[in-house]
Amino acid sequence: MKLALVGVSHHQAPVELRERVAVDADGAAALARSLANGCEAVVLSTCNRTELYLASEHDAPLDERGAAALIELAGDEGAALAPVVYRLGDDSAALHLFRVAAGLDSLIPGEGEILGQVRDAFEAGSAGPLLDRLFRQALHAGRRARVETAIGESPASVPAAAAALAQQVFDHLDGRTVLLVGAGKMSELTARNLRSRGATIAAVANRTLEHGEKLARQVGARAIGLEALAGELGDADIVVSSTGAPEFVLDMTAAAALRARRGRAILFVDLAVPRDVDPTLAGIDGCFVYDIDDLEAVVEASLDSRRVEAVRAERIVALEAERFREWHASLVVVPAITSLHAHAEEIRSAELAKAEGRLGRLQESDRKLVEAVTSQIVAKLLHLPTVRLKEAAAAADGVVYADVVRHLFGLGEDEQQS
Amino acid sequence: MSLPTWLAGGQTVAELLIWPALIAYGEAAFAYAGELRGPGLAGRLGIWGVRVGWLAQSALLVVQVIDTEGFPWGTWAGALNLFVWLVVGAYLIWGCRPRYRLLGLAVMPLAAVLLVAAWAGGGTGVAARDQPGALLAIHVGLMLAGFAGLTLAAGMAALYLWQERRLKRRDSRLFRLRVPPLDSLDRLSARTTLVSLAVLTVGIVVGLTRFQRGDFDAAMVVTLGIWAAAATGLVLRRETGLRGRRFAVLLVTLLGLVAVVLPLTHFAS
Repeated sequence: MKLALVGVSHHQAPVELRERVAVDADGAAALARSLANGCEAVVLSTCNRTELYLASEHDAPLDERGAAALIELAGDEGAALAPVVYRLGDDSAALHLFRVAAGLDSLIPGEGEILGQVRDAFEAGSAGPLLDRLFRQALHAGRRARVETAIGESPASVPAAAAALAQQVFDHLDGRTVLLVGAGKMSELTARNLRSRGATIAAVANRTLEHGEKLARQVGARAIGLEALAGELGDADIVVSSTGAPEFVLDMTAAAALRARRGRAILFVDLAVPRDVDPTLAGIDGCFVYDIDDLEAVVEASLDSRRVEAVRAERIVALEAERFREWHASLVVVPAITSLHAHAEEIRSAELAKAEGRLGRLQESDRKLVEAVTSQIVAKLLHLPTVRLKEAAAAADGVVYADVVRHLFGLGEDEQQS
Repeated sequence: MSLPTWLAGGQTVAELLIWPALIAYGEAAFAYAGELRGPGLAGRLGIWGVRVGWLAQSALLVVQVIDTEGFPWGTWAGALNLFVWLVVGAYLIWGCRPRYRLLGLAVMPLAAVLLVAAWAGGGTGVAARDQPGALLAIHVGLMLAGFAGLTLAAGMAALYLWQERRLKRRDSRLFRLRVPPLDSLDRLSARTTLVSLAVLTVGIVVGLTRFQRGDFDAAMVVTLGIWAAAATGLVLRRETGLRGRRFAVLLVTLLGLVAVVLPLTHFAS
């Protein structure tokens, strides 16, 4: 069976071209169905890539068909798209998908969404035996890379770093309350990230109440003035601050309110420059203060760590790709193995039938015993040749060995004669 | 009850079993240190070391029980042997989860060192012992289980203090290691303390049934002190919100007291 991959990705194609061939879930499913005429097809479309995976039992020009589909999808940009379309076949295509599923082909190594996108593409596609095995093993490789390495564990953006820090302090964020100080874009992004993890935005404190009210409405919170800030510190778990104030908005005057919490943890995420939160507040029991530099350092260290982990993930992916290659290669000898077993079974049954006259005198239990013993002899005789054939297939000699087996045992000759 | 013929010579079997336990615990301690470089193979080797070592030690304890036909942990070294088994067993409840693996860094080196001490003191052998009676055996078992729980709680508290320090220092490599969130460590250490305190209480009550005037000694005073400190800590936690760093410091201090009292207690004399 042949496997082909045709695609465009962020490596070669700018966003102007990628967006021309990007399709949503329904579009991907429809495209896969239209391509699956006589073959298997799965369409993977994310913001960084659109890839068509095609497989067929016959020597059809799969990559031509895929490239034509992509160029057609690009419409009047088809000519510009053609030079950046890449084509991979068999083992290279499999390795590529495994790397994609593990997040190794992503802009940020180990990004978490891709595994789900690969799963969705597989489920929406028109997979047959080959693509089914390929995608299942790719998902397995992606999961292994995430479980056995730390490639996807650390945050890769400032809002994600703030949310990950909050989880490092509070574990689950369900029921945790967030206080937003200032209505800046970055604090809004951070708040949304925290909210997506279960936290509740309790209040938005802003110097101009009207601006605060606008954001408060969007995130389902109360709007308060900055003067009421200290009063809110008793209940808040996370404070995200990004005002344009030239001085600290939260300084040691808030210490009394924080000490009254008796060590209950509170995380200050200070995204403002100049800073809003006096760093000396971190000296109070239970207070953790992170400014924008700290968060960016966390992100930088995370990306470094992801790059290191990517090397380990590559080894896992290579191992899984090798397993797939062995399985794929073994398909070459499967018909020969099946014929060999059928041939042996035919001989066994024929010989038993010949001996029917003598066996007829046996009791039923003895007849069953003879059946079982002869089956066992055949199975044992064929076990080693079967294993060796599969090994030979994995070592790329499969076709030669399969032909030798066919020749030695005369497999398929009857069909040719008839 | 006696050993089957193929196990005749329990001393030999015990000697054979102590080595895999010691080697596996030692391996786990080193592997967890390797886990500090980043999660992965080292952590998995660590947890397998703990499992194998604990199974070997379990077998050792069974051989000891069968061969001595009684309670073989009446000496300080024997008590230490049983104590290590309880601590590691309790650790295994959480330690199998990847995010709690680093707790092994606090537990396994201690377990390995204490088991070496137990072995050096003859606590892993099968020499004939005095028969202490069922009540004393239950008392000792419960007291050791209680102390083992407190040790594990202190291990969690130590991990809490370490992670809190990293958070306070704004360590940019914070996410390189899998460490449980502070809140989880705080809650789990409190629950472990509560369960340990309950076990310790039952142990003390059982011990009181054998108590005679004049038995009262320094070890009992320290034991009661530990019980009172743990109980006070839990009450203060509930009533006044003593939690986080202060509760963790209390638990680590309690571990220090356990380390002092264990060699002194009457069952280990």
